[in-house]
Order: sequence, then C-alpha cells, then structure tokens
Amino acid sequence: MTAALMDYDEVLERFDPVLGLEVHVELSTATKMFCGCANVFGTPPNTQVCPTCLGLPGALPVLNGVAVESAMRIGLALNCSIAPWCRFARKNYFYPDMPKNFQTSQYDEPIAVNGSLAVELSDGSVFTVAIERAHMEEDTGKSLHVGGADGRIHGASHSLLDYNRAGVPLIEVVTKPIEGAGARAPEIARAYVTALRDLLRALGVSDVRMDQGSMRCDANVSLMPRGSSTFGTRTETKNVNSLRSVERAVRYEMCRQGAVLASGGRIVQETRHFDEAGGTTSAGRRKETSEDYRYFPEPDLVPIAPSDAWVQRLRATLPELPWQRRARAKTEWGLSDLELRDLVNAGALDLIAATVDAGAPAAEARSWWVSYLSQQTNSRGVELADLPITPAQVARVIALVAEGALTNNLARQVVDGVLAKEGEPDEVVAAHGLAVVSDDAALTAAVEQALAAAPDIADKIRGGKLAAAGAIVGAVMKATGGQANAQRVRELVLALVSA
Amino acid sequence: MTRLTRWSAAELAARIHAQDITAVEVTRAHLDRITAVDPALHAFLHLDAPAALAAAAAVDDGLRRGDPPASPLAGVPLAIKDVFTTIDMPTTCGSRTLQGWRPPYDATVTRKLRAAGVVIVGKTNMDEFAMGSSTENSAYGPTRNPWDLDRVPGGSGGGSAAAVAAFEVPLAVGTDTGGSIRQPSAVTGTVGVKPTYGGVSRYGLVAFSSSLDQGGPVARTVLDAALLHEVIGGYDPLDSTSIDAPVPPVVQAARAGAAGDLTGIRVGVVSQFGGDGYQPGVLNAFEVAVSRLRELGAQVVEVSCPSFDHALPAYYLIAPSECSSNLARFDGMRYGLRVGDDGNRSAEEVMALTREAGFGPEVKRRIMLGTYALSAGYYDAYYGQAQKVRTLIIRDFAAAFERVDVLVSPTTPTTAFRIGERVDDPLAMYLSDLCTIPANLAGNAALSVPAGLSDDDGLPVGLQVMAPALADDRAYRVAAAYEVARDGAEGGPLAQRVPDLEVVGR
Ligand SMILES: [Zn+2]
Repeated sequence: MTAALMDYDEVLERFDPVLGLEVHVELSTATKMFCGCANVFGTPPNTQVCPTCLGLPGALPVLNGVAVESAMRIGLALNCSIAPWCRFARKNYFYPDMPKNFQTSQYDEPIAVNGSLAVELSDGSVFTVAIERAHMEEDTGKSLHVGGADGRIHGASHSLLDYNRAGVPLIEVVTKPIEGAGARAPEIARAYVTALRDLLRALGVSDVRMDQGSMRCDANVSLMPRGSSTFGTRTETKNVNSLRSVERAVRYEMCRQGAVLASGGRIVQETRHFDEAGGTTSAGRRKETSEDYRYFPEPDLVPIAPSDAWVQRLRATLPELPWQRRARAKTEWGLSDLELRDLVNAGALDLIAATVDAGAPAAEARSWWVSYLSQQTNSRGVELADLPITPAQVARVIALVAEGALTNNLARQVVDGVLAKEGEPDEVVAAHGLAVVSDDAALTAAVEQALAAAPDIADKIRGGKLAAAGAIVGAVMKATGGQANAQRVRELVLALVSA
Repeated sequence: MTRLTRWSAAELAARIHAQDITAVEVTRAHLDRITAVDPALHAFLHLDAPAALAAAAAVDDGLRRGDPPASPLAGVPLAIKDVFTTIDMPTTCGSRTLQGWRPPYDATVTRKLRAAGVVIVGKTNMDEFAMGSSTENSAYGPTRNPWDLDRVPGGSGGGSAAAVAAFEVPLAVGTDTGGSIRQPSAVTGTVGVKPTYGGVSRYGLVAFSSSLDQGGPVARTVLDAALLHEVIGGYDPLDSTSIDAPVPPVVQAARAGAAGDLTGIRVGVVSQFGGDGYQPGVLNAFEVAVSRLRELGAQVVEVSCPSFDHALPAYYLIAPSECSSNLARFDGMRYGLRVGDDGNRSAEEVMALTREAGFGPEVKRRIMLGTYALSAGYYDAYYGQAQKVRTLIIRDFAAAFERVDVLVSPTTPTTAFRIGERVDDPLAMYLSDLCTIPANLAGNAALSVPAGLSDDDGLPVGLQVMAPALADDRAYRVAAAYEVARDGAEGGPLAQRVPDLEVVGR
C-alpha cells in the first residue's frame, strides 16, 4: 500500500518539521562490553560467545574500561559534560535475540550530556545540532527468520539466533529536538549523521560502517503547523542504513505526515521501517500502550565516577577533529573554498587526509579518492567511506606504484582486488601475480620460449632486422599478462639472439 | 553410624593431613551415611560418589607424595547448594525450568573449592531459585529436618543445613539473600554465616536478588565455618561487586574466641526483635544466650534500630524486583525447559508456556510482585521507597556500631514449623526472615550459632550475631566464645544430640 504524499513545497508552506536523531554506534574495542569475547564482525554464528554474553544462569558482567573511555572521548568531542557519577540500568523486555531478556544500558544517568555538533551544509553554511546525551549500552544478538518473505518474521517457519553481536559495546548519541531546519531538514539530518560518522572515525572508536550495522540511525520526525510551538506526534523510522537513506527517510516522512494531517487525520506514534528499494516507510507493529521497560539500576555493576584527572587525561588524547582537519587541509594543500567543499561533500577529505597520514603524497591521495574510487561508489551505490578499502591500503598501493612495482593499470587491478575483499594490497599482488615482472630469470625463459616458437622471426633479427624484435616482445608481453617491463624484454631478446 | 562422620571438618582435615586416615575413607563414610539417611531426609538433589572418591583419592595421592595439603580443608567432604554452577553436575536451583541443565562453567566458589582439595559430594536441595523459608518450594520435593522429620529444615538452603545437621557432610555452602543460610542453620542446630556482601564471589551463583545474594558456609562448629569461609572468600575480578580486600581473619578470630573471653566486647541486643509473634521458647533460649555472653565478660546493652521494622516490606519489594529481571532469561530459547514448541507457535507463545510450566507458584508470585513494583508510575512508590528504607537501615546499623561491636538477636522468631503449615500463607512464611533481612539490606556480616533447644518444643534455636561490613571476624569471635560456653554448660555440642536417623529411618 502506498501512502498519500504531500508535495514537499506544500509541506513547508504549512508545517515546520522537528527532527530527533538517535544514532547507535558499535565500538571497535578488542572485546565485548561485559566479557572477554572478541568483538569482531562476520565470524561464524555463535563462535564469539561465553557464559556472560549468552546470559547463562550465574554469569556476571565486568565492564570494559576501554569502552568507558571511548564513551567519554565521544562525549568530550561532542562538547558534552561528563557526568561525575553515572551507572547502568536494566531495560527489561522479552526478545529471543536478547540473552538475558534485559539490555544493560544507561537510562536516567548517562555518562555524557548536553553537547553540540556543528554541521556544515552543502552551501557552506553551518547548522549547530544540540546533543542531549551519549550513553553506553550493549548490543543484542541477531535473529534470522527463515521461510518467510524478505527475512521478515511474518510468515517465517523458524528463526535462527546468532549471539556473536550480543554484548558488543554500543554508544547511543541522541540529539535534542532539531527545530528551525525548515526545507533543509532532510539535508541537516544527513549532514549530522555524516559529521558524527567523521568525528567517530577521527576518534578511532568505531568502524562506523552503516552497511555492516556498526552505525545505525533512527530518525524521529514530526510536523507542527507553521507558527506553532507545540510539537506534533512523532514517528520513529528505523532501518535507515545509509547516509542517503537518512535524507530520503526524513523527506518521505515529512511528505507522508503532511498528507495525513492535511486530510484531517492524526499521526500515530509508532515505529516505522525504511524500505531502501522504494524509499518509503511502513508502519511497524503498533503498540497499544507505550512500552514499559521497567528500568532499574543494574545491581551487578558498580557506578562509574570519572575523576577530573581522568577526564582531563582523555581530553588530551582527542585527535585532530574533522573541522580542525578541514582548516588545516585548506591551508596546507592550498585548496580553494570550493575545492574544499567539493571534497567534503564527496566525503573524501578525511579519507585523503588519512591516506596522507599513512605516508602518501597529497596529490596522489586526492587523485585516487576523487577519481577511481569515486567511480566505484557510483557503480556500487555506496558512500566513499563505506567502500571496503582503508586509507592505509590506498597509501600502500600508491607506494607500490612509486617503487615501480606496479603500473597505474596494475594498481587499479590491485584496488579492485582489495574492494573484492581479497585481502591486503600485497596479498592481492601475490595472489594474482600482478607485480611488474623485472626478474631476468623469468623473463629470459619467456623470451627463449617465444624465440623457439618463432624461428623465422629469430632469423630475421639475426639478419639485422631489429624491428622484427617487436613481435617477440609482444608475444612475451602477452604471455606474462602485460606485467613484464617491455624495455627489459627488448634488451633480452637482442642479447639472446646475438648470443 | 561410623564415628568418622561425627567429627568436625577441622578434626577430619588434621587426621587426613597427618595420614592417620585417608580422604577416601572419610568420603566413603559420608557417602555411606548419605545412602543410609537421605531417603528419609532428601537433602540432596544430586550425588556424584565416583567423582567425590576420585577427588579424595587425588588428595591422598598428593599427601603420600609429600605434597603439602592444598588448603586446611583438603580432603574434607562438602555439599554445594544447587544454585552454584558445577561443570560436572547438573545445576537446577530447585526448579523444573533447569531440570538436567549442565552448566558449561564452574562458579568461582566451586572452582575455589576444587583448588582447595575439598571433596564435593553433591548438590543440595533448596526452595526454587532460593525463594522460600522451608525448602518446600523445591520442584523436587521438600527436605526434612533431622530433628523432626515432620518439620521443615528452613529455607531456602534447607538441603545444605539438613545435610550438615544429619552428619551427611561436615560442611556445605549455601546462599543467603534474606536469611537462607542463617534461618535453616538456626532451625537445624548448625552454624551458618552470611559474609559481608562482596566477600564471597557471586560469579556462577544463579541470581535471585543480585544486590542481596551472598554465598557462605554452613558447618557444625564456628571454627569449621571459618575454615570454609577462608577457602571460598576473597576478591574475584569476575564479580564487579566483589570487594578487593583481604578476607577478614575469621579463622584466627574463631580460635581466639574459643579461649572464652569476651572482656571489653560490647554487645547490643536489638530491641526491635522480640515480643509479639516470637515463640516463648525462642525468647527464653535467647535470654539464656545473652546472659552467657555477659558471663563471658561482654558488656550487653539494648540498642534500638527503629528502621528494622520496615526491613521486611522493603525486602519484599527489592528482592522480587531484581528477581523479576534476573529470572527473565528462563524463556526456553537457549537452555533448560522448553514447552509448546510444536512448529506452529510463535517464540512469544513458547516463552509464555515455558515460563508457565517451568516456575512454581512462589516464584511466579515474586516475579509478578517485582514486575508491578518496577512498573512506570509505581517505581517511586515501591522500588524507590524501598531503597530509601535500605539507606535508613544502613544508617541504623552505622549508629549502632558506634556504640557496640556486635548486635545480637534470635535468628528467627520460631523454631522449625511443620511441613505444610505455612505453604498456603505466604505472609506467615515471610516472617521467618524477619530478623535476618536487615543484614542483607545493609550488606554487613551476620551469622547464626546454635543456642540450645527451645524449652517449649525441644527444637533448636539460633543466636544471630551481626557485625559491621568487613568485620566478619568480630561475629566469629563472639560466636566461638559463646559456642564454647554453651557446650560447656549444656554437656557438649548441640549438633551431637540430633536423633539417630538410621534408626528413625527404618
Ligand atoms: Zn562473551
């Protein structure tokens, strides 16, 4: 069923949108939040589990100190105040992918509160989003519903549960209501999530991969009649798995809600799911009453009381943050405002900077990200940062070209291999034998073979027709898949013929 | 009955370590005793004789090689309440929902016992998930009191207390959330200790109420309890609420107390615990006990702790609240009982049917109480208010311990009641823990030591001794002194006067 939609301009004539964004980020700590299990993505189901993260009777949580420090660093980078005392709470509800049937989370005592994030928009203007809180919690396991359509629970014959993700540390960053965004609301939503992603990446606390679920956004949207100051009823759209989807989901909800309100209907407070393919949202299960999670302080953990000294020490570890990096890139790389904005809009600036940090010259780094890799994002429909290649890997490819081990053409093949998840650049080179062949033994054998296969041409060369050598060189290049150093092959051909 | 089972753990250990007797002989004697009397008592849910004999043989082998004993209790048999996980034995918590569940890991207490060379013979019966005061809430049938088989052995740790009282084992481990070690000890004539909260690791202790649960020793003498306390106590990095401090010197305190001198010790009698609702024979025995403390040189004063009057209602909000959350995991999805999984029902329906079939009435009652108390709109009035009472109780204890070194009271208002007498009256059942609950809410140390027999029904009475947090040794010292005085005045240890069950059983 397709919902009626109001024209976007009409929505803006009649209503003011109010947004609220909740972003969950999986921390890339070595171990889980409350146990020693490895925190790694993509391992076989139920191989990263122990009594604690399986919620076995008797098992107890022990807080991961690195996760707490990550939470505090995130809070500091978002200009939040760090609570002098905070603790965990239990959020009680039944769901099979949650081993204890409660989630250990923070409720009314989060570790970081009252911050802000300045968000740069495509026209160069800056919008400041107020942050309400950042708090720590554990992730749930994953359910795989089998037998129904699209992996949805409806119609499934059975479900499989994977608890590898259960207990992975999460930080939830919640904005205050974003008002006054007007027509730019969808763009602000996207820009905010982008800025947050860049910030978290700079902090090195998370992979921030929306495609892998290590960063997930829930978008709350409501409309109020223009001029009113009373918020309308909001919906919460989940399953928004890319930056582009954040923008589309907000825009869609604005148009859908506008149509409902204009026809005299009322908005139902509900969870909605974003459909990536159609760009639409659909109602989730409707709650008759608001869910009562029966929060209470987690008795198995002790409160956290960060000292001033601890907070100051962590503040000192904050790296160059994205906006600081931008300012520096502009001066050091000599970029114009427009060039800088293009790089920022393409999501390339931080990647280029990180590639430079990994040892590559700025010009080459910039060239790779804005040309070849940008083309790959278009064909794959993902963001630059979501490509499965890291700045360090790009820097390595650049270094291999500089050493003469790869030609530009081979370098692109190596990058393709990395993007196909075949491994590190050097592994791809080895696996496919992509390195430029300048090994004389290998080349000599190839040249001898080519000369033996074409004795007439060999005779012509001996007879002084040096131009005929080109045919042998061509044969060798073909035999080596184009990886031979052609100049060296020619030298070898002449040497062998005259021997 | 073989003489070996009559000895204390300390005596057995000394003889085993001197190689006068073997740990295997000692273990076999206790296993024989269990075979003879447990059909009448039903203290055990699971026995593992081969494993126990193998563990005992390993201790003997080490001693023969000249290795020093792994601990002062190496070679001594012991039973574990079926609420601690054991990798080689089922762990049921007295519940249908965990019938046959074999944990893939040992509790820290279990691990420490094994490392100490203590011989684990089996798992003892208990009220389901430690909720109850009579062991009648076990899904596997009640345990009987060795002093009178028609009566309850208290609860929830009735199995551990009965096993020790009936000479099936010299030692057992229990857990105490509102009195589940001390109250069974009181009504079976044994020594039961609730250490300071955080003194014994809760890792692998299946939680009833996390902020109150505490493992501790059950024994027939104060010294034996102290020896076991030092084996199972101590900091555990796997339990965030564990105290990172040395175990209080309880063995030294028990030995010092046995010299029988309490000169200079200030003892406070809690004025709230007495009067209406207390059995006259219990109050009489308590009076006699207090006068013995005075004779030992203690200065006895009366101390009022007014907020203790609110301890019981506060407990019945906090413990069920935590239990409603702790027991949510028993949903049939990952382990234990699963009901209704016929291929047509949803996971939610299977969860509901499993929980309906897997839990007994008392557990359901407390889950419902706790769910209600934590609900939006009621939280402040119930859970929040109860936490405030908890703070007041902590303050009452603090004020009292400025004036006195220990507080004393009867452990429980009555002696053992008859099986079935209170099953339909939860409130009457809850009153069994009236005197023991404050120490759980405040987290300080408390124990129960036998205080003779009640003069109205001839059943055991317990003297409760409460000490400040981390001053467990103080309670041991007073209890050990009292024990010597009482045994001297009444012609030997009370525990030795338990009826001969092998005759009764036939
Ligand atoms: Zn784990």
